Amino acid sequence: MTRGRRWRVVVLALAALYFLVPLVASAEFSLRAPGGGYGVANYTRIAEDPVLLSALFTSLRIAVLTAVIVLLLVVPTAVWVRLRFPSLAAVLESATILPIVIPPVVMAAGIAFVQANLGGPVFRALFDSSTSALTPFYVILALPFAYRAVDNGLAAIPLRTLVEAARNLGAGMTTALVRVILPAIRSAVLGAAFLTLALVLGEIVIARILLYTDTFPIAVVETGRSAAGVSVALSLASLLLTWVLLLAVSFVGGRRRRSLRSRPSVRRRTP
Amino acid sequence: MSSLLDTPTAAPDAPAARPERRWRAALGLLPFALYFLVFLGGPLYFVISGAFTDADGRPTLGNLVASLMSPQYLLAFRQSLLLSAVTAVIGAVFGTFLAQAVLTARPRSPLRRTVSTASGVLAYFGGVPLAFAFIAALGQTGLATAWLRSAGIDLYASGFRIDSLTGLALTYVYFQIPLMVILITPALEGLLPQWREAAENLGASAWSYWRLVALPVLAPAFAGATLVLFGNAFAAYATALALTSGSIPLVPTAIASALSGNVLVGQANVGLALGLDMVVVIAIVMVAYLWLQRRAARWSRR
Amino acid sequence: MTAVQKSPAETATDAAVEFRGVSRVFGETRALDGLDLALRRGELLALLGPSGCGKTTALRLLAGFDRPTSGEIRIDGRDVTGVPASKRDTGMVFQAYSLFPTMTAAENVAFGLRMRKVGGAERGRRAAELLELVGLGDRGGSYPHELSGGQQQRVALARALAVRPSVLLLDEPLSALDARVRVQLRDEIRRLQLAEGITTLFVTHDQSEALAVADRVAVLNAGRMEQVDVPQEVYARPATPFVAEFVGVMNTVPVSGGRITPGAAETTQVRPEALLVGAPDGLAGTVLTSTFLGPVTRLVIRTEVGELTADAVTRPGLPAIGEHTTVQISG
Ligand SMILES: Nc1ncnc2c1ncn2[C@@H]1O[C@H](COP(=O)(O)OP(=O)(O)O)[C@@H](O)[C@H]1O
Ligand SMILES: [Mg+2]
Repeated sequence: MTRGRRWRVVVLALAALYFLVPLVASAEFSLRAPGGGYGVANYTRIAEDPVLLSALFTSLRIAVLTAVIVLLLVVPTAVWVRLRFPSLAAVLESATILPIVIPPVVMAAGIAFVQANLGGPVFRALFDSSTSALTPFYVILALPFAYRAVDNGLAAIPLRTLVEAARNLGAGMTTALVRVILPAIRSAVLGAAFLTLALVLGEIVIARILLYTDTFPIAVVETGRSAAGVSVALSLASLLLTWVLLLAVSFVGGRRRRSLRSRPSVRRRTP
Repeated sequence: MSSLLDTPTAAPDAPAARPERRWRAALGLLPFALYFLVFLGGPLYFVISGAFTDADGRPTLGNLVASLMSPQYLLAFRQSLLLSAVTAVIGAVFGTFLAQAVLTARPRSPLRRTVSTASGVLAYFGGVPLAFAFIAALGQTGLATAWLRSAGIDLYASGFRIDSLTGLALTYVYFQIPLMVILITPALEGLLPQWREAAENLGASAWSYWRLVALPVLAPAFAGATLVLFGNAFAAYATALALTSGSIPLVPTAIASALSGNVLVGQANVGLALGLDMVVVIAIVMVAYLWLQRRAARWSRR
Repeated sequence: MTAVQKSPAETATDAAVEFRGVSRVFGETRALDGLDLALRRGELLALLGPSGCGKTTALRLLAGFDRPTSGEIRIDGRDVTGVPASKRDTGMVFQAYSLFPTMTAAENVAFGLRMRKVGGAERGRRAAELLELVGLGDRGGSYPHELSGGQQQRVALARALAVRPSVLLLDEPLSALDARVRVQLRDEIRRLQLAEGITTLFVTHDQSEALAVADRVAVLNAGRMEQVDVPQEVYARPATPFVAEFVGVMNTVPVSGGRITPGAAETTQVRPEALLVGAPDGLAGTVLTSTFLGPVTRLVIRTEVGELTADAVTRPGLPAIGEHTTVQISG
């Protein structure tokens, strides 16, 4: 037992060291003031820098659009698969691996080919702005992650019973989805949305190859050439912000789940 | 109305009530499938077709030959494969230990919440913040570099550079471990407590339990997750781009510079051929992964 | 009321297993509260109680997966408090899914022998012998996921017996099975237990199961022992109201001269099968529910002295729901 505890402490300590040192170093670096000493100047710079500020708004717009499209595609599909096509669950589960292993650079290469060689109103509209050009492909990168998050949320609720009860009371499928299921998987949906935000705030490969340089992560990298402190401050801030959002969702979700659990479950055997 | 929902979850092989109804139901999956086809299949189609045509649009195998024969690309492939394999194995082993260490904590403990949410952020964030964090820690003037120097270890004097392959590997592990935690946790949770107790009851030591019972159950899931980590590192580019500005030859670097015409005009199609090479590697990884998933499912509880 | 029925001659060394004042506290919950219990050598003792009363806790303490908060556990007269589970010489059968999934049935059965460094040939021989004993002689090469629930439990039983443990522990081994398989395997466990003469602690929440297989039944309630006795006594003379309620159904009626008499000061407890429906000198009542149970039909009858539950032999002409009838203590 004690020997069992010891390896755990060693592993956790090593992990804490490895994962915290770069974060602490980032924090320290970003707090260095130009004239020596420490200050928050690097964090406040964004308010005075119109380029960074507009890049931030562009990326947030892309993130929101991406998250909305992702959820519109994922939630109904995940529910539908669980209700009607349980045999496809394994297929979609495997699809959740795709965005991890599909190289963004390869996607970018294919898109760049279209951008360079194909014309017509559809493509012109697509490549019109960074928002219109990047959002559809960020959706692809985020889709399967979001699918996994939402599907885990659905696994934790008595989906079939909820839908049947709602429909039995006269609700249409759409109403059941929006009024009954969505609230029940709220924390999973928020989690998926915030992971999408993380993805959009970190993506530079596709944006750079397609030459849309007005997104936030690209602006952060560009700023880094002249003012390293600012870009470290901004990237640290975006990472911590996403993490805090996810942590908050996890606590809210945990509380709700506990209150669900305290009710007697229909499924539990009562010997 | 009830016929909409009466397909039992447990019987995927049960014959559908009426085939045409099943077809109608399948329409519900159409948006998702179409989106995938257009926005993922589209780019992939142009990568593949572009890989087999020259700059003037005539069919050729020249791009593919160039992508597989030229020494610079061969070096890029070797480095990419090495980087991916090493970081996949390190990430997989340490990630499994970390996941198990966290799983032994209470389910709703702050430790569990912190690690699981941080895993999500770190595994999917990657890229820019990560590169900057490592430069701040282990760059020439980094904080950890300074601490180590004051402790008598001079990293840079012994030849270390953060924008080297080693530095890159050290950085990649930062997102590989969290991804492993995410991927392997369900398999670790699938180890039933009564297996351990049964083994103990029959006279097994902790080591015998792990060697003879737990590891064989975990093996397919572990191998599958390691493959995903390999693919993840192989596909990753943002971190390398931000950390080294493309100074280390990796396949994504080679593709990016071929596309941007840095090298030679007419190289774009070679870039697409390199992309096709990557897709083939990834496809092999995926096939192996799916096969392992099937094996892992066999041991899962019933 | 805590009645461990020990004859004066029965000393500590006679007991194969003994719990002495064992308590186990989880935070606020007293899962076991001063448990005293002794198993005689070679007997099958059923530990019976409702869900959550501490049965599994008692078994896990005995197997060594957990430690008592206070009290002492002895196996063959030896205090095993500090002995790890792997050295306790108990054989455990879990409720379900305890077979090692990557090993065949034969490998599962041989696992304990392997841990005891028994040679490969001897292991194979003994595994085959045990699989034969549980009726699975031809399934040695099958993996657990290829076996039915009942077959899996048979393999688990063979695995526990293979190492010739000094005590066999069964934690609701039948509760995950279909009713038919349950009865079949229950009888088979009893047959094996008698043949091997192995001391056995059989945990169950099913009173009919306990009464059917056990030499003695120990009734546990909220971590405390209510009664330990042979099944007939537990059924006929429950020591506490809890036992009366939990083991079968019991009517409490006012009696005078062995007849139900409204207003009589004396009361007695009567089992449903000891009530006669339609007795000529019976108490009048109305049938509230009627449940067909096969050979008997269970009637709940509202009478002047309250609702009575009576089992009548199934036959034509039994009163239907809502009809009037009479009821009296038979004999
Ligand atoms: N590890 C544990 N931690 C906290 N409470 C526990 C634990 N194990 C059992 N209990 C509690 O102890 C009581 C008895 O549990 P158990 O022995 O499993 O009951 P049974 O097997 O009779 O159904 C229950 O109230 C249960 O909630
Ligand atoms: Mg129990």
